[in-house]
Amino acid sequence: MIIQFFVPHPPFTNMYEELLNWVRIIGIFALIIGLSSLIKLHYTRIARKTRDLPYSIIVFVGMAVMAAVGLIKGIEGAWFEWLFKNIQVPMQATMFSLLAFFIASAAYRAFRARTLEATLMLVTAVIVMFARVPIGEFLWQRMPDSAVQLWANPPGDISDWILKVPSMAARRGILLGISLGAIATSLKIILGIERSYMGAGE
Amino acid sequence: MKILDKLATLDRRYIFLMVALTVIVPLLFPIGMPITVTKEVQTVYDYIEKLPPGSTIMLAMDYDPAALAELYPMNLAVLRHAYSRDIKVIGMTLWITGATLGNLVMREAAEGIAQEGEDYVYLGFVTGAASVIMGMGEDISAVYPTDYGGRPLSEVPAMKGIKNYKDIDLLIDLAAGATPESWIAYAGSKYGQTIAVGCTAVSAVGYYPFLNSNQIIGLIGGMKGAAEYEKLIEARGTATAGMDSQSIAHILIIVLIIVANISYFAVRKKTTV
Repeated sequence: MIIQFFVPHPPFTNMYEELLNWVRIIGIFALIIGLSSLIKLHYTRIARKTRDLPYSIIVFVGMAVMAAVGLIKGIEGAWFEWLFKNIQVPMQATMFSLLAFFIASAAYRAFRARTLEATLMLVTAVIVMFARVPIGEFLWQRMPDSAVQLWANPPGDISDWILKVPSMAARRGILLGISLGAIATSLKIILGIERSYMGAGE
Repeated sequence: MKILDKLATLDRRYIFLMVALTVIVPLLFPIGMPITVTKEVQTVYDYIEKLPPGSTIMLAMDYDPAALAELYPMNLAVLRHAYSRDIKVIGMTLWITGATLGNLVMREAAEGIAQEGEDYVYLGFVTGAASVIMGMGEDISAVYPTDYGGRPLSEVPAMKGIKNYKDIDLLIDLAAGATPESWIAYAGSKYGQTIAVGCTAVSAVGYYPFLNSNQIIGLIGGMKGAAEYEKLIEARGTATAGMDSQSIAHILIIVLIIVANISYFAVRKKTTV
């Protein structure tokens, strides 16, 4: 794969396309393994009559119903889409929406300017939160005309600078570090130095 | 002061109630705050606007219902823009939980203005993530032999003349996760595909390095980005409607943080004294 990246000609391109097919096939088997793992976990809970037994039954019922409807009526069919739109979408969206409440509560309880670093983070967060929604500019436009003419949109401009300069620089450093780490780990795996993925050491 | 002591130990249920009210009330009684379009979103809009009719864009809808609030309006807006410009759209997804969502959104956006098969095709989900991206760089039909409905791609008019990324004018990845990095690494770097990214607000910060280095041409971030795009296509949708709630909720969190810090320092001072 590495050779093909730099030498995109036969026979490397043929090997490349074949390997990609293999990866997709192995990916499908990974789905099957995931499914069997899920079934085993919940079957064990049902067999042991644990406290979460009703939820495990719901998992099986949900899985069976969606699979049956998809296979019999087709995934493009009205039944499958109805189940998806009216059960999965509201449930998944609701679970994620709960975050908003917990974030507000966590921010109230934990966001304290105890140290210089915490204060800097707090001030930056407040500026960005204020500017990244329309209300920042909306409130500034209601300031005296002289202030607005002097600087049209300071919340937006400051927030933009924070995102495009210091935040971007830090993020770029993190990305470079992650990439270098991934290259090092990959080389170790290819050369056989790192064998933990094969269960070595157990 | 007693009130500061009480604020320091405020029951979280009052905070939950305040958040709920700040979200619900502006939805019922809209304020209509003006939305300013940022350069990152304008660039994506301008690029699609300049594409001649008959061009093709690929839309990777890599999200699930959890990110619906931010990415669905963005998805609708981009699709409606493309359909209105007679630009063909190839939709697909790398997220299995978003497979049905992609089909729904492409159909909803197409109502009255585009026809499935002729103006757009939805390929659905194939497992493999990076291998799917790389495989489409060689031959899309090798990765997706049929569309989502099971029709061979050779029989889909929208796929006529489309073999790989060389035939696609723009790829937009609407992502709830880290898939843009794979698209940029494989489709962008290896195959030279022009890429734009739409993502959740919390992820948007992470893509500014790619925007700065021109590895992506534009960035639509969060519900605000979606609202900006709705403003550009002059079609108010759920993102615009949600901006009032989001604004008031942000102000509430800022006020809560300030109040919490005031009460914290007041209580700490009293304890020290």
